[in-house]
Amino acid sequence: MSTVVLLACTGLGLGALYFLVASGLSLIFGLMDVLNFAHGALLSVGAYAAWWAATDGGTGFWLAVVFGTVVGTAASVLLELALIRPLYVRPRDQILATVGVGLALPALLMGVWGSDARPFPQPAALSGTVGLLGATVPVNRFVLMAAALAVLVALRLFLARTRYGLIVRAGVEDRAMVTALGIDVRRAFTLVFAIGGAAASLGGALAGLYFGSVNPSQGTGLLIFAFVVVVMGGMGSVTGAAVASVGVGLVQQFANYYTAAGLGDLSVVVLLAVLLLVKPRGLTGRLA
Amino acid sequence: MTAHLKRWWPLALLLVLIAAPYSALPLPGLLDGPLGSPGSLQLIALCLLYGGLATGYDLLLGRTGLLSFGHALYFATGLYATDLAMLELDLDLLPAALFGTACSVALALALGAVSLRVTGIGFSMVTLAFAQAGAILVQRNPGGYTGGEEGRSAPAPHLPDALVGIQNTANLYWIALAYLVLTLAVVHWTTASPTGRVWAGIRENERRVEVLGLRPYGFKLLAFTVSGALAGAGGVVYLLLTGGATPQAASSDATLALLVMVVLGGSGTRWGPLLGGVLYTWAAHRLGDLANSAAVADLPAALRVPLSQPLFLLGTLFVAVVYLLPGGLAKLPARLRTGRTPTAAAPAAALPEGAA
Repeated sequence: MSTVVLLACTGLGLGALYFLVASGLSLIFGLMDVLNFAHGALLSVGAYAAWWAATDGGTGFWLAVVFGTVVGTAASVLLELALIRPLYVRPRDQILATVGVGLALPALLMGVWGSDARPFPQPAALSGTVGLLGATVPVNRFVLMAAALAVLVALRLFLARTRYGLIVRAGVEDRAMVTALGIDVRRAFTLVFAIGGAAASLGGALAGLYFGSVNPSQGTGLLIFAFVVVVMGGMGSVTGAAVASVGVGLVQQFANYYTAAGLGDLSVVVLLAVLLLVKPRGLTGRLA
Repeated sequence: MTAHLKRWWPLALLLVLIAAPYSALPLPGLLDGPLGSPGSLQLIALCLLYGGLATGYDLLLGRTGLLSFGHALYFATGLYATDLAMLELDLDLLPAALFGTACSVALALALGAVSLRVTGIGFSMVTLAFAQAGAILVQRNPGGYTGGEEGRSAPAPHLPDALVGIQNTANLYWIALAYLVLTLAVVHWTTASPTGRVWAGIRENERRVEVLGLRPYGFKLLAFTVSGALAGAGGVVYLLLTGGATPQAASSDATLALLVMVVLGGSGTRWGPLLGGVLYTWAAHRLGDLANSAAVADLPAALRVPLSQPLFLLGTLFVAVVYLLPGGLAKLPARLRTGRTPTAAAPAAALPEGAA
C-alpha cells in the first residue's frame, strides 16, 4: 500500500511537471499553430536562472523561483517578438526557427555551465518527507502538485473571466474570424507566449527541486513527453492537458516500477498510438 | 558550351569524387590532411553519407510535404539490425545488410501506417513519439543486445577484409559515394514517376488530390516506406564507416540534424539536401576542431563560450537560414540574380509570401 501511495504521489508530481510544460505548448499551438520546439529550452532557462539565483545570487529558494520564472518569461516574449512574429506568413518556418532555438539555447547553457548536472540547493522546509497513508513521501512532490494546480486554476480563470482570455479562446476556435472582427490577435500571441514561457520556466525551477539537480538537456527530455500530453489532451485545451499529464505521469511511474525500468516511457508512447488509432482527435475531440 | 556544362557537371563531379582517393592534393582549411589521406576520406565519406540521408529525408519533407520527426528511427534500425544480425545471428555482411534494410522497410511500413492516420502537425508528433520510444529502447539495452550507452561495435571477422583497417578507407569512401548515387537516383526516378507527381500534388494541396479521386494515404505511406528504406541502407553504410552502432544515431537530435541539413540546403530541390548534408557534416566536424583550438581558448569568455559549442553555432546558423534565406542555399543564386534588379524583383518576391 505504502509503495502504491509513494508511486502515485511521484507520478502526480511528474504529471504536474508535464502539465506546466504542456499547458503553454497546448495554448500556443491551439492559438498560433506553432509547435514550439524551444519550449524545453525555455524550461532549462528557467531552471538555470533559478539555480544561479539560489547559488551565486545567494537569494532564498522562493525568490530564486520567482527570478527563474521572470527570466524564462522574458526569454519567451523575446523569442516571440524577435523570431516568431516576423515569420507569421510562413507557418512551417516558425516551427523550424523554434527547432533552431531549441538546439542553440541548451548548447549555450552547456557552454556556460558545463554539461554535468549541477546540484540544486534544497531549502530545509522542502527537503523533508511527510507520512501519508503509511508512506513517506518527499515534500517536493506536493510543491509541484500545488504549483500545477495553481497554474491550472489561474489559467481557467484567465480564459473564462477576462477579456484577453475570451480573445484567446475565440482565437483557438477560429483565428480568422477573430481577426475579421477587428481584434488584433498579435497581442494575444505575445501574451500566450508569455504565459507559456512563465509556466514552463516555473516548471524548470521546480524541476530542479524534483530531480535535485539541473542539467542542460533536462528540458528537451521533458519536452517529448509534454508533446505526448498535448496530443493526448487535444491541442489547445488546457483541461485536456491537465487530465492527460496526470495519466501520463501515473502510467509512467507505475509501469517503470512494476515492469522493467524504461518500459514506463515506452508504454506512454504505446498509449498515445492506441489513443490516436481509436480517437484521432485526442481526448477532448479537438483538432489534431 | 555552357549548356553542355550545365547538363554534364554532375557526371564530371562524380568522376572527380571517384578519383579523389588517388589524389594527394592538400586543401588547407577545408581538410586536415591531403585529399587522399584516410582521415580526409573518412570525413568526405561521412559528408557524402549525410548528403544521401538528407536527400532521402527530403523525399518526405520537400517532395510529399510530410514533416516527420522520427526519421532517425529507420536509420538506427538499419544500423542496429545489421550489426546485431552479424553479432547474434552470425550472418555475413551482405545478408546482414539486406536483413537490416528489410527491418527498416518493415518498421517504416508498420509505423507509417499508424502515424499517417493523423495529418498535419499530429503526424509530426506521433513520428517523434515513436522515434523516442526507439531511442529509449536502444538506451535501456534490453537483453544486453544493443549495448546501452556504449553501443555495439561491428564484428571484424564477419566483415570482408577489404573493408577493415585504416588502409582500406578508400573502399568505404566508394561505398558511401555509391550510396549517395543510389539515393539520388531513387529520389530522382520516383519523383519523376506518376507516383511522384501525386506526391507533389499532396504537398501542394492534399484535399484536391482527394477530389481527383485518389487516396493520399497509400501514396504517403509509399513515400514514407521508400524514405525509410533509404535511411536503413544509410544505416548500413554508417555502420561500415564508423565501425559500430551507438545510441546517438537513434536520438531525436539525429532527426533534427537531418531537418537542419535539408532546410539549410533547400527543401524540395534536387541538389539542395545533398549540399546541406555535406556542408552541415563538414561544419560540425570542423567546428568541433575549432572549439578545441588554441585560437578560441585565448578569446575572452563572451566570445569563447558560444564558439566552443558547435550545436549553438549550428542552431544559430539554422535560425539565420530560415529567417534570411527561405528556400535554402539552393535558391541563393536565383535570389542573387533577382536581387541585382531590385525594381523588377520586389513585387515578384512579395507575391508568394502574401499568397501563402
